[in-house]
Amino acid sequence: MEVLGISLALLVLFVGFGLLIGILFGFFGMGGSFLVTPALLVMGYPSRVAVGSGLAFVFGTSVIATLKHRDLGQVDYKLGVLMIAGTTAGIEVGKEIVLHLEELGLAGSIISVTYVFLLGGIGVFVTYEALKGGGGGGVDHDAADADLDDADIPDIAKKIQSYRVPPMMTLRGGISVSLWMILGVAFATGLLSGFLGVGGGFIRMPALFYLIGVPVPIAVGTDLFEIVFSGGIGSFLYAMDGGVDLSIVLPLLAGSALGARVGSAATSIVDEDEIKVYFGLMLLGGSIAVAVREIGNVYGIPIFDTVSLVLILGSALMVSGAVVYSSITALREEPTSASPAGD
Amino acid sequence: MIDVATLPPAAQAGALIGIVLLEAIVLYVVYGLAGQAVGQQIIKRVKKN
Repeated sequence: MEVLGISLALLVLFVGFGLLIGILFGFFGMGGSFLVTPALLVMGYPSRVAVGSGLAFVFGTSVIATLKHRDLGQVDYKLGVLMIAGTTAGIEVGKEIVLHLEELGLAGSIISVTYVFLLGGIGVFVTYEALKGGGGGGVDHDAADADLDDADIPDIAKKIQSYRVPPMMTLRGGISVSLWMILGVAFATGLLSGFLGVGGGFIRMPALFYLIGVPVPIAVGTDLFEIVFSGGIGSFLYAMDGGVDLSIVLPLLAGSALGARVGSAATSIVDEDEIKVYFGLMLLGGSIAVAVREIGNVYGIPIFDTVSLVLILGSALMVSGAVVYSSITALREEPTSASPAGD
Repeated sequence: MIDVATLPPAAQAGALIGIVLLEAIVLYVVYGLAGQAVGQQIIKRVKKN
């Protein structure tokens, strides 16, 4: 039996995979193309279809997750628009650097090494900060608009906020930051995103928190808002070349729509330091997976591709399972019956 | 498979992205309504177990 031109078994697999990714996407504001594209490549889809369909899926999931975060009051639209402007410029410069490195024949190796170290570095940093606790904390998830305590703001963000170059922008959480600092951070994250050829959620979300001082739930919601635009434009460009396959995207989206609601709601239940530990561990898993795949490519060992995929899917399954488990545990500890997870 | 191959490339791309956007909004509304209908019951059950 076929549905949308694919077998029923594959359809169920895509819906289940979408559910898993949706939880991560709604919870962290990242993890879409990072997971989908390698999986589609290993399943034998051409790279153009894998990347294009991955982007279209990320676009659809980010629309759903952003709407959910908007309901929870966790999207800073002003910051989102500024980030889009700075990131777009950064992506263009990043692409130019890649083209220059390609001419020198160095692009592949430099990008791979940068990707592994960046993923691993951010993973170690975020995990360390979360395990350290205290200073790297955040705000009450139910009070996203409440002013931040000084102790809640990371030291780097305090330094960046101390540069009072006009015009100053007041953001959600009562943060006041120079417009130029926001654009600078957005440009830097865009540069890395364009250089590495990735959506950049795993760079932007921690950057919003650690560099600008935006509370984690708002960082996730605002990051998703930006992904709606970057994912939409990217998938449109790939669709022009026939790179978007709806028989992949539609079932994935059916699963992720449910997962994104669960993941988004979980950000309001689960302790913020736990969020950061999971995020860090997932990045570390991704870093190891990319390193394994690159080693396989260099030494011509095809099985390493599969090992890499298993590592990525395994860490995603473990982390999404931990998110659901922590949410259930937190709900059981709550004395009142009202909860945003009811959505 | 949904076929939009008869349209020009830009219109094809727009139609594909439109379908994805439409599905996302429909799923958001449908799952939202389902959540309102059974969400609190699920939470009560989770808290009891």
